[in-house]
Amino acid sequence: MTINRRLFIGTLASATAALSAPMVFGQTRPRVVVVGGGAGGATVARYMAKDSDGALDITLIEPSRTYYTCFFSNLYLGGFRTYESLGHSYGKLAAEYAINVVHDMAIGVDRDAKTVTLASGSVVPYDKLVLSPGIDFVEESVPGWSVSAQNAMPHAYKGGSQTQLLQAQIAAMPEGGTFAMVAPPNPYRCPPGPYERISMVANYLKANNPTAKILVLDPKEKFSKQGLFEEGWNKHYSGMITRIGPDMGGAVIEARPDTMEIIVDGEAEKVDVCNVIPAQRAGQIATIAGVTNDGGWAPVHADSMLSKADENIYVLGDSSAQGDMPKSGFSANSQAKVAANHIRGALTGSRVFPAKYSNTCWSLIAAEDGVKVGASYEPTPEKIASVESFISQTGEDAALRKTTYEESLGWYEGITTDMFG
Amino acid sequence: MAWGFRFLLPLTMAAGFAPAAMAEILGDPARGAEVFARDCKQCHMVGEGAKNRIGPQLNGVYGRRAASVDGFTYSKSMTRMGNDGLTWTIETLDAYLENPRALVSATRMSYRGLADLQARHDLMAYLRDYSDKPQNIPEAEPTAIRSAPELPPEILSIKGDAEYGEYLSSECSTCHQKDGSDAGIPSITNWPEEDFVAAMHAYKAKLRPHPVMQMMAGRLSAEEIAALAAFYAKIGE
Repeated sequence: MTINRRLFIGTLASATAALSAPMVFGQTRPRVVVVGGGAGGATVARYMAKDSDGALDITLIEPSRTYYTCFFSNLYLGGFRTYESLGHSYGKLAAEYAINVVHDMAIGVDRDAKTVTLASGSVVPYDKLVLSPGIDFVEESVPGWSVSAQNAMPHAYKGGSQTQLLQAQIAAMPEGGTFAMVAPPNPYRCPPGPYERISMVANYLKANNPTAKILVLDPKEKFSKQGLFEEGWNKHYSGMITRIGPDMGGAVIEARPDTMEIIVDGEAEKVDVCNVIPAQRAGQIATIAGVTNDGGWAPVHADSMLSKADENIYVLGDSSAQGDMPKSGFSANSQAKVAANHIRGALTGSRVFPAKYSNTCWSLIAAEDGVKVGASYEPTPEKIASVESFISQTGEDAALRKTTYEESLGWYEGITTDMFG
Repeated sequence: MAWGFRFLLPLTMAAGFAPAAMAEILGDPARGAEVFARDCKQCHMVGEGAKNRIGPQLNGVYGRRAASVDGFTYSKSMTRMGNDGLTWTIETLDAYLENPRALVSATRMSYRGLADLQARHDLMAYLRDYSDKPQNIPEAEPTAIRSAPELPPEILSIKGDAEYGEYLSSECSTCHQKDGSDAGIPSITNWPEEDFVAAMHAYKAKLRPHPVMQMMAGRLSAEEIAALAAFYAKIGE
């Protein structure tokens, strides 16, 4: 345990005063276990630690020692970021915030005993549990593809080595070769947005392999920021990108990783790189914990992110079924702050403020051509509901697009500092 | 309510009213020339042969995008506002003259502002004589505009709840870093409370152009804005 002793002793008096008497005597500090160290998990752990002055015993369970952000991973594919720039350490959360960071995999939740079992065999007790495990894939959603084929046909939809693999495959494409993407059905994690990824791959290929082609197989009729992307593709990558929607067979496909073929509407297409982004569901631990619904997502109360299935479990980010917010890192970060405030209130009696949520997603179409979409949200009895929204406009001038891109760089620094300290 | 007045104005004008209050705030270019000589000409030139000096030349200011005069080096803050779409109109110029930092936080214009409504309108009437884009100025009543965006005393006197402000600030810190970094996104740390309040209300009234900020400010109450201002003024103290 990396309890900061000075912090602990120094704040014992205030913690004692804040806690209700039965919880204090004969007990350790209230224990909060957070599963998943991404935009939701890292943020909720940091905010609870930062604001509770040592009154909470916080454990963060995350298998990776370095967290590679999914957001901005497309910019790495496009040649605008290094891979290293996407990596973040948990060192500050452990050292400066006295969070017990455990690099292990949560494989079981006993809701009656209130414990989490780790792959190593350890059993970690909790008073409140936060699940922020991101996404897993729906098996068989792309016929012919499974995670065992992820080396031949990478998804690159979880940060880290998959992103590097996809980049290496794109760099090794033969001259005039074909990059294919099997786009996901709704709802999907975004970022890394599929259409920003198409833009970034096109940007890379335009510079390095200008006769290459890009083929998008899409089960959706429409997609987010479609007008902005299509305008940008025409402007920057004319003739390079073909998108086959459901009307042309984009929803009825089969992947053949052994031969690097995609069967579209019965016709075999030979491709050089194939990025398969399957249908998605909540991270597996949420299913194991039994807090997910038939759709594979975890319903939560809109005012707190508390699971509708268990009053001691919160679910953040991509895994949650909360209403109108997109499955973005920005959303998870926003939800984490509401949950942190709620958990502190429940365990230490601190003030609980009304939930407010927001999201902005920036996308880069080409160098210094950034666009954004965003909204603010508030809880209603049924769901987190969108209150107001905005989106970049087609035909904006270059100065505004550049400012929007620079703003996204500022946001990346802001949110990663907000997550990791 | 001063902040709602600009939306009311077209209705009153359409109905043919010429309220006495409005007549009183018509600008007089001759008096405006005196204001210019007293407050502006140390740094700005206007008229034939005007050049950029400490501040940009002011010919044709109406209808011009902020930070768009060739050859003038603007502050980062003013450039950002121009890129975001700030254009000089009667409304935005009035807000800027009244309290420059309410509209453009880190403007390099070292001018605390012109509180006198009449003086502002005189000055704007004077500048209008050097603008070839008068279409956004009603010809007959060049500066018969909404009253200025000064905040009513009941808003300025709200004492912010800094603890609530700290919670609310968690939404800001996704983009605005508390250590004052300002690459791509401006710093909002350690602003004087009244500047913070004025800036947020300028977004709320959509005088400042940025869509994210208009949205974020738009749903904050005056109490919540005061709470944020109280928190951000005190960071690091």
